[in-house]
Order: sequence, then C-alpha cells, then structure tokens
Amino acid sequence: MQLIECPWCGPREETEFSYGGQAHVPYPEQPGELSDEQWAHYVFYRDNPKGRFAERWNHNTGCRRWFNAIRDTATYRFERVYRLDDPQPSATELAGPRRSTS
Amino acid sequence: MADQLARTHPLEAWLPAFAELTGAVRIDAEPFVSMAVLRAARATTGDLRIRGTALPTAPNTWAPAGDGRLIWLGPDEWLLTSPGTAPEALEEELQTLLRPVGGSAADVSAQRISLRLGGPQARQVLAKGCSIDLHPRVFTAGQSTQTALGQAAVVLLALDEDEFAVLVRSSFAGYLASWLLDASLEHADPALTS
Repeated sequence: MQLIECPWCGPREETEFSYGGQAHVPYPEQPGELSDEQWAHYVFYRDNPKGRFAERWNHNTGCRRWFNAIRDTATYRFERVYRLDDPQPSATELAGPRRSTS
Repeated sequence: MADQLARTHPLEAWLPAFAELTGAVRIDAEPFVSMAVLRAARATTGDLRIRGTALPTAPNTWAPAGDGRLIWLGPDEWLLTSPGTAPEALEEELQTLLRPVGGSAADVSAQRISLRLGGPQARQVLAKGCSIDLHPRVFTAGQSTQTALGQAAVVLLALDEDEFAVLVRSSFAGYLASWLLDASLEHADPALTS
C-alpha cells in the first residue's frame, strides 16, 4: 500500500487519509454579488489535469489535520506535501515534466 | 427504584483469554483512566506547564505528567491521562490553566480505553497491523503514534523497550482485543495452540 507523508505525523498508509479536492480555490471576495452561474463555477467547477495537481488531503486516522499535496494524477505519485500555511506551488512546478512511472 | 448500574470494563469478557496468554507476548487491559483533550494555539503555550510538564511540541511524542501521561495529538492538541483524578476534576483543573491563554479542555474519559502490550515479541505483533517503523532504535520510549492498527484507529505509546500502551476507542476495544489475541497466537506458549 502506498505511504503518504503527513507533514505532521510522517509516512502513513493511504487508507488513513481522505481526499479533499482541489487546493487553493479562493472564496469569492464579494459573495453577495455573484450570479448563480458564478456560484456554480465556484462550488462545482474544478480543474482536472493529467499530471501534477495541487490537492487537499486530511489525515483522518492520525492527527486529523488538513494539508496540501502535489499529486500526479497520471501515476498517483505524491510529489510533495506541504502545510496549509506554506506558500502555494508555482505554476512552473505544477507544469514541470512528469517523472516516468517506471 | 431502578437498580444501580455497575460499571464494567469493555474488555471484561477478554480478560480470561489475556490471562491465559503466556509466552513472548503479554496483553493486559488497564483499568479506567481519566483523560482530557487540551486545545491551545502553539504561540500561547510557551511556558505553560501541565502538572510540571511542558506540552510536548515534537510530533509523535509523549511525556510523563504527574501520575499520567501527556500525549501529542496534533500541533494544537494534546491528551492528558490521569489514573488518580476524577474526570470532572481533571477537566476543571485544565480549564483553569488553559482559559487565560485562550485554550480549552474537554473530558474524554469515556472515549478511549488502554491496553498494555508487553514482552519480547510485542513489536512483532504490532508490526502485523500497521506500517509504522517500530524498530527499537526508532520507536523508543517517549515516542507515540496515531495510526490504524488492524482496522481500528489507535494511539500507540512506547513506554519501554518491550512495553507498549494502546489507546483505542471503547467500541473498537473488543475488535482490537480479538485482533491482538489472534496476532499473538504464534508467539504464545505452544501448549495454548495445540
């Protein structure tokens, strides 16, 4: 089973974690002024890249803290984990060449 | 008038099986212990001492505090156990300490019970159910870990070279007891298995 490195607890089994969707989706600055369509975009529309993707994960069975991870959606490899207060990954990091699966 | 309800240990039914287990692994159910969860932001707890012990800030560690243990559960969360204090008194004592710094304490005595696992093969038994590095050089006395053991979420404490405490939710205790007995069988006295 794949081990995921929790930024607090260290490497733990994948089944201890739960997925929280795309990371760094900003809450609307003026929520009252949004149209229904804009709300729908904020609530439901997410990126679906093939390759590196910044995601939120929660370590349910351990420290129960949220953290962010960059995961390759093609290989399921966790490239990097970082805490919520760490800086966002740069666009170049997310777009960088993928490591091969072999 | 209703009969007085007698408090029974969740593992009452497993105690005879634990007692029979002789050999390289011992399992015991510890009696009820008062426990409280402490929440406080790290920045505010600088020189705060709980029963003479500073809050452990390193992840996956625990420290003795008074008659119990102070266990790291998260960057702003700790668990204090105390066999000798009533749950209400423990909560009150901690709230008095934590309120001035904006923290909180809650009695969670009914949440978990404690199992004691000992013997030279205890690490082998635990290693069957989790992926933690349990090497004696890494998982030394004073280390703790929150993980899934078998299918149950536990807090695992290294008390000594061959001595571990396993804190598990009461409702999962029966499952974990069966799991531990099964995992210990191969290290048990041969007369038991024949």
